[in-house]
Amino acid sequence: MNLSRSIRQAARGGGLPVVAVLVGLVILAMGLEAAGYSAADGLGALWRGSFGSWYAISSATLPRAVPLLFIGAGLTLAFRAGAFNIGAEGQFYAGAIAATWIGLHVGGWPAPLALIVVGAGALLAGAAWCVIPTILRVRFGVLEVISTLLLNFVATALVSFMVTGPLQESRRVYPQSDPIAAAARLPLLPGTRLHLGLPIAVVVCMALWLLYTRTRWGFRLRALGAGPRAAMITGRVPAGRYLAVALLGSAALAGLAGGIEISGVSYALFQNLSPGYGFTAIAAALLARLNPIGLLATSLLFAALEAGAGAMQRDAGIPSVVVSVVEAVILIVVVVADRWRGPGAGGSNQ
Amino acid sequence: MTALLELAAISRRFGAVQALHDAAFVLQPGQLHALLGENGAGKSTLMRIVNGMIRPDRGSFLVHGQPVAPASPREARALGIGMVHQHFSAVPAFTVGQNIALAAGWSPAPNDLRTRLRALMTRVGFELDPGQRSDSLTVAQRQALEILMALAGEARVLLLDEPTGVLAAADADRVLTVVREFTRQGGGAVLITHKLEEALRHADQITVLRRGEVSLHGPAAELTAAKLEHAMLGDAPPAASPLRRTVAGPIVAHCSNLIVPAEAGGTGLRGVTLEMRGGEIVGVAAVEDNGERELLRTLGGLLSPASGFCEVLTSRTLIPEDRTTEALIPSFSLTENRLLAGGAQSGSASTWINWDRERLATEALIAANGVVAAGANATAEELSGGNQQRFVIARQLESAPGLIVAENPSRGLDFKAAADVFDRLRNAAGAGAAVIFHSVDLDEVLANADRVVVLHQGQLAAPAAGADRDEIGRLMLAGSAGPSA
Repeated sequence: MNLSRSIRQAARGGGLPVVAVLVGLVILAMGLEAAGYSAADGLGALWRGSFGSWYAISSATLPRAVPLLFIGAGLTLAFRAGAFNIGAEGQFYAGAIAATWIGLHVGGWPAPLALIVVGAGALLAGAAWCVIPTILRVRFGVLEVISTLLLNFVATALVSFMVTGPLQESRRVYPQSDPIAAAARLPLLPGTRLHLGLPIAVVVCMALWLLYTRTRWGFRLRALGAGPRAAMITGRVPAGRYLAVALLGSAALAGLAGGIEISGVSYALFQNLSPGYGFTAIAAALLARLNPIGLLATSLLFAALEAGAGAMQRDAGIPSVVVSVVEAVILIVVVVADRWRGPGAGGSNQ
Repeated sequence: MTALLELAAISRRFGAVQALHDAAFVLQPGQLHALLGENGAGKSTLMRIVNGMIRPDRGSFLVHGQPVAPASPREARALGIGMVHQHFSAVPAFTVGQNIALAAGWSPAPNDLRTRLRALMTRVGFELDPGQRSDSLTVAQRQALEILMALAGEARVLLLDEPTGVLAAADADRVLTVVREFTRQGGGAVLITHKLEEALRHADQITVLRRGEVSLHGPAAELTAAKLEHAMLGDAPPAASPLRRTVAGPIVAHCSNLIVPAEAGGTGLRGVTLEMRGGEIVGVAAVEDNGERELLRTLGGLLSPASGFCEVLTSRTLIPEDRTTEALIPSFSLTENRLLAGGAQSGSASTWINWDRERLATEALIAANGVVAAGANATAEELSGGNQQRFVIARQLESAPGLIVAENPSRGLDFKAAADVFDRLRNAAGAGAAVIFHSVDLDEVLANADRVVVLHQGQLAAPAAGADRDEIGRLMLAGSAGPSA
């Protein structure tokens, strides 16, 4: 079939994400028309809210890309090792709780020190949230998919408890924390809501890219994911240690994402701090084929969809959830294309 | 009388391997028919054809005199063919009754089921508690459950793939009594086994396969263990004496009283002592699952003994049995696959990878060893089986290890590729390395080894100097301790 062949060729040439996005947008447009909305109005609002102005780019899209970048970068680490950490959402919240608590107690500290302590606390809290699944997986072979996923619910419940209990604001009215100290806030690009987290995230992605493509350690990690038995038998890769590092590392980066969201965007903890970043980042990482450089583009894409969805609701009266249709279609196209290209084509078999 | 099964001139090829060549097999009602042969002789392929799991390339296949060859196990069941697999297929968390209902397609409603189960067990002559969970059954009971599951759907033909392999003698007899009862009622049973005694004692008819062809066929009463052995293992190749030359290189490996638990199935090692010298090729002769895997993997450094010790005084390399899951990562390039093994061998590997250097080294390796590949960037899955193995062996020998451990190194290769593999191992031995290998084909072991050791039930038997092929065959099947009648 002609169409399938050209899609396959595009996929091989790395054009798959573009094809996937176009298919997603076409289906969105058709859906809008079918539901009685104007597709042109809807897509126009989507564009204006995401890339339509400097303000939209710098204050709506890019800040939303930052947590996706941190979480997605961590997920490339786990997925490449063959460990399916689905608990980034919970690890994000663990990091956010830690960052809030630290941020409330560092008033009067020099800002660089306060920020480093906040970041370190968020990293550690994220990793700590994944210690039990890691031990279960490495020691007892319990599937991390289940254990990490379930801990998400525990984490969201813990946030609810925190913002109505120990971390509730001093007047005890709203279910949220007090604002963190000024020293614990990340510097902003003047006139925007874009914070220092973005360049840090880009550096993390580039470092991971170097790790995977240039170092022996990263090579063995990839081998473990692509051919676990060969990695252990022929490559003598100590699978348990690599899996543990991959799982804890990915959780630490998700925790850091939560800390940076507090420190750079919200300055306070509340429920629903994350609009599902931990899950959207899975899509971003898979669409990037677990390549941290590709992740720069896919995170931007999903962030733009999130940002544009808000504008669509405001300007065109279209419920913002329709954007999740686009996200879903993109994922389906990628998965189907992977099957076409045969086993072993993706970075994450099994 | 119409035969239950009648297969004639059946051929089936898997890639380079001719698994069956013009094989014939007839099963009459009331018959217990033993099917013998070495590993890879084609027994399982033949039974899988009967059970509808694979189709033959050529040949005719009649069931109850009708040309209605089954295309799936489900169709086979509808034709009255039930199979008991070598590995247990019952769902562990289900009860006996639930498993039988699942296999037979019966309603699991307790009342219905109870009467049907009672009828089945009376007919078969073996009682199990229908409410007991399958994972709490003894091994013999589990085997009986598998037979009940196969017979539940009114089967007329029962295929048994080594049903007694894991059973103690008394339990095996009990299971075979059940099978006997089934054939007395007019059913026909095919018994795949390695045990000559068992075949001679229980079967009516015996067929022996060797390298995909029927090498012997006749009533059990007219056959002897010696005839069967000869048919299974074939004629001794003319000039192949297993103890061709004595080698007096330095000792490179020394194992004493090794006890290693079984890795998957089989017996593991039960007190093995072995010494290896540089320059010699040791062939391990064993029927599958008699500890050969554990011996090689312990020498290769993958398994550690539960007791005893295994000391290797030189660098070593393991050529694992499964090329595409253990030796290679199919989606990785040849450069990456070479690096996979290299990283482990050179302990002082640097942090950074110089891909240009690795690629050039890989190009050189594939050129020097005649690996047919599009280049170092080709992925391993693009290579033919023979070229994959050529690449694996070239890679494992690149660092000139002092001990080479090869598991079934010619598996799935055609004759030419297999000969090539052994040439390379011999060259390495000529350069001073010690080589130990196992092959499922006894002739291959005899043809390529300087010294043969036999593993039976996890214990090592060294054939006497000048031992001939028949004696080695006897040791493989009966061990040295067993009083071979």
